[in-house]
Amino acid sequence: MATQHITTKERFAIPRQEMPAQKADVRNKNFKEVNLGYTPELAQKEALRCIQCKDPACIKGCPVNIKIDQFIKLIADGNFLGAARKIKEDNVLPAICGRVCPQEDQCEKTCILTKKHTSVAIGNLERFAADYERETGNVELPTVKASTGKKIAVIGSGPAGLSCANDLIQLGHSVTVFEALHELGGVLVYGIPEFRLPKEIVKSEIDGLKKLGVNFITNAVAGRSITVDELLKEEGFDAVFIGVGAGLPWFLGIPGENLLGVYSANEFLTRVNLMKSYQFPENDTPVFNCKGKNVAVFGGGNTAMDAVRTAKRLGAEHAYIVYRRSEAEMPARLEEVHHAREEGIEFLMLMNPLEFVGNEQQWLTGAKCLRMELGEPDESGRRRPVPIKGSEFILPIDMAVISIGNGSNPLIKQTTPDIEVSKRDTIVVDMNTMATSKDDVYAGGDIVTGGATVILAMGAGRTAAKAIHEKLTGIETVQPV
Amino acid sequence: MHKIVSAIFLAENIKKIEIEAPRIAKKRKAGQFIMIRVGQSGERVPLTIADSDPEKGTITIIVQGMGKSTRELNTKEAGDTISDIVGPLGTPSHIEKFGTAVSIGGGVGTAIAYPTAVALKEAGNYVITINGARSKELVILENEMKAVSDEAYITTDDGSYGFHGFVTQKLQELIDSGKTIDYVLAIGPIPMMRAIAEVTRPYNIKTMVSLNPIMVDGTGMCGGCRVTVDNQIKFACVDGPEFDAHQVDFTNLTDRNKLYLPEEKKSAEAFAHKCNLQ
Ligand SMILES: Cc1cc2nc3c(=O)[nH]c(=O)nc-3n(C[C@H](O)[C@H](O)[C@H](O)COP(=O)(O)OP(=O)(O)OC[C@H]3O[C@@H](n4cnc5c(N)ncnc54)[C@H](O)[C@@H]3O)c2cc1C
Ligand SMILES: Cc1cc2nc3c(=O)[nH]c(=O)nc-3n(C[C@H](O)[C@H](O)[C@H](O)COP(=O)(O)OP(=O)(O)OC[C@H]3O[C@@H](n4cnc5c(N)ncnc54)[C@H](O)[C@@H]3O)c2cc1C
Ligand code: SF4
Ligand code: SF4
Ligand code: FES
Repeated sequence: MATQHITTKERFAIPRQEMPAQKADVRNKNFKEVNLGYTPELAQKEALRCIQCKDPACIKGCPVNIKIDQFIKLIADGNFLGAARKIKEDNVLPAICGRVCPQEDQCEKTCILTKKHTSVAIGNLERFAADYERETGNVELPTVKASTGKKIAVIGSGPAGLSCANDLIQLGHSVTVFEALHELGGVLVYGIPEFRLPKEIVKSEIDGLKKLGVNFITNAVAGRSITVDELLKEEGFDAVFIGVGAGLPWFLGIPGENLLGVYSANEFLTRVNLMKSYQFPENDTPVFNCKGKNVAVFGGGNTAMDAVRTAKRLGAEHAYIVYRRSEAEMPARLEEVHHAREEGIEFLMLMNPLEFVGNEQQWLTGAKCLRMELGEPDESGRRRPVPIKGSEFILPIDMAVISIGNGSNPLIKQTTPDIEVSKRDTIVVDMNTMATSKDDVYAGGDIVTGGATVILAMGAGRTAAKAIHEKLTGIETVQPV
Repeated sequence: MHKIVSAIFLAENIKKIEIEAPRIAKKRKAGQFIMIRVGQSGERVPLTIADSDPEKGTITIIVQGMGKSTRELNTKEAGDTISDIVGPLGTPSHIEKFGTAVSIGGGVGTAIAYPTAVALKEAGNYVITINGARSKELVILENEMKAVSDEAYITTDDGSYGFHGFVTQKLQELIDSGKTIDYVLAIGPIPMMRAIAEVTRPYNIKTMVSLNPIMVDGTGMCGGCRVTVDNQIKFACVDGPEFDAHQVDFTNLTDRNKLYLPEEKKSAEAFAHKCNLQ
């Protein structure tokens, strides 16, 4: 397709192209993907909205500095494969990031059009290009450089580990990924639900890495099955990258948290996503039977949105988000909040749980909550919620999901005491190289930052890959294309 | 994929299965367990490593058919394969020379207590074992236990073999006989472990139990296995499974293990139906 010539006036007249989606009252009963993706026509139309800034502000908002102006131009020109490849110069998992990045806080926030109109739908376009390449069977395997003879172990197969493995294998190193679970992908498979990120996409990215020669070992828990020291000393690895994520669920620490029906978000989502308990009894793993029940999810992040929308899909009569601040403070992606509301999720803001109450058989029957109001701003600049005296009441619920964040799993720390950790038990690294305090050991992703984002984890994996490569070969490089 | 090397029934419904898992065989210590997923649609089930042969690269588990997953596992024979095994998980048993150590196993708990009894013996303890079962046919590992014991007792609820009564009664008898007991390890059904804790509490005998909450990942990621010990939340899969019996909230553990009763029943019935059709 040739470039379409339009006047500036025509350009500004194009509204932001909505992402086609399943109808809310249909999708809240199934686990199929909510968003259906742009058609080529919609994508081109949206791409035409980009004014091709000389100094594109959008790029500065993207943590991995994708050449956004260039790939959008390629879409506008109808060169969809070219667009996909342009994105992949900087982002190895575009089909995933296009779907899950908090664009409104990153690239789309800094897009010049945000001030006057609405930003270019950069995430949607990124997703379109990546899907187009994959669905038309045009994914090209990158070339792998001649073998360097160096062996690197990557611990954890989340976005940090996968992107690190991807860069290292292309640079000619031998790469083995050790994953604790029986499936690869980290939060992308056990946390983020199918309706937001189809597992087929994650699988296809991992298959690509397998074809490049990355060796994956599942059911291998670092710190138990094998230690970092054994990898370096006994198994002959020249370097180790730790990308084990933030995998220790926090609880509220209030009475009644061990009642039957109180879950961590990790457990609830793992049962449903990884163990596919929504297909019980075809799959053996059960999960709380939400049908006709009242479910409350405590928290306001992406994880909370995923949990509450999952409960709704499992048949919950009422599915609540209970959050102690106001909606403006919720850290979840805007699109998820919007989708959740459309699906019938009820938002109970400025409410703090004090205690869970149960019946004689110890099944949860309710959450005693306290209403809050917004007070003075705190250190983070967010207005601090303060309790309204005497406002306690009991919210009748049958299931509670705690989604207030994760700490660091203690296994690596316990078995590798010479890796320095912070007070919060995250691994301390030099942010330029991701090197830890232990020689030849690097780390990145949520284990370093605490729960963050897919794109930041990916970026960290790539930074580490570059530093490992330079250390092992003594060569300076640019990131592989 | 892991190949089953041998599989034999030790008693009705209790099977001893030896499986190829070289990495785990090399690493495991007494008190540790694996998570096993029998097939692609299977759940992750925790099972103690009863024994291992690092040279052969195999581990041994002893499985009691309870519901769908364990019964399905017990239909497996030598030559069959298991989809996934991960381990060794959990904190190994704390082993030292206590002096006189009593290892108590109830039912299939005997299999879980066995590796720790071996380790206690190797550490130079005077080891007494008490193994309880409902009746004679259900007694397992009798010879193995004898081999590591300075004194070995069997108890049966119905008196069909050994001491007639519960393991708690036998333990009380030993205490009453004036023996100094420095350490007790008790593994079995929750009511048994709870009762043992009450027997030793007045004498301040250090007593450990191995808890069996429902688990999902076994790596500390989900918190489903949380138990209350000394009024604090602990994750049994990483902090345990062994805990100080005098600090454990057994009531909460009993309740939480009932979480999926209707689903477990449904699953077991569907499995029984499938078996009947074959
Ligand atoms: C439910 C949910 C929804 C989210 N939604 C979004 C979103 O919409 N957008 C967004 O940008 N971010 C989102 N996030 C955050 C994002 O998923 C994480 O920031 C990101 O996955 C971190 O990547 P990682 O590679 O550091 O770790 P992870 O993805 O956590 O992967 C770590 C991997 O290491 C494995 N592992 C752990 N310990 C060991 C060990 N000892 N040995 C071997 N393997 C080990 C784990 O099993 C896991 O597979 C969400 C998170 C959750 C939980
Ligand atoms: C650390 C640990 C070590 C264990 N070691 C052994 C062992 O060596 N040999 C052995 O036979 N069993 C062992 N168990 C118990 C075994 O895991 C359960 O019997 C099994 O998971 C039941 O699964 P199922 O599908 O067959 O039965 P289900 O239908 O799931 O349940 C049947 C009964 O078992 C209980 N149960 C369910 N899931 C679990 C679970 N994960 N853990 C404990 N009880 C459960 C239920 O309350 C129910 O009463 C161990 C458990 C733990 C936590
Ligand atoms: S990777 Fe994320 S931040 Fe970067 S352009 Fe894509 S959607 Fe925007
Ligand atoms: S800032 Fe917006 S308009 Fe400018 S190049 Fe980037 S996407 Fe296009
Ligand atoms: S089983 Fe998930 S934390 Fe222990």
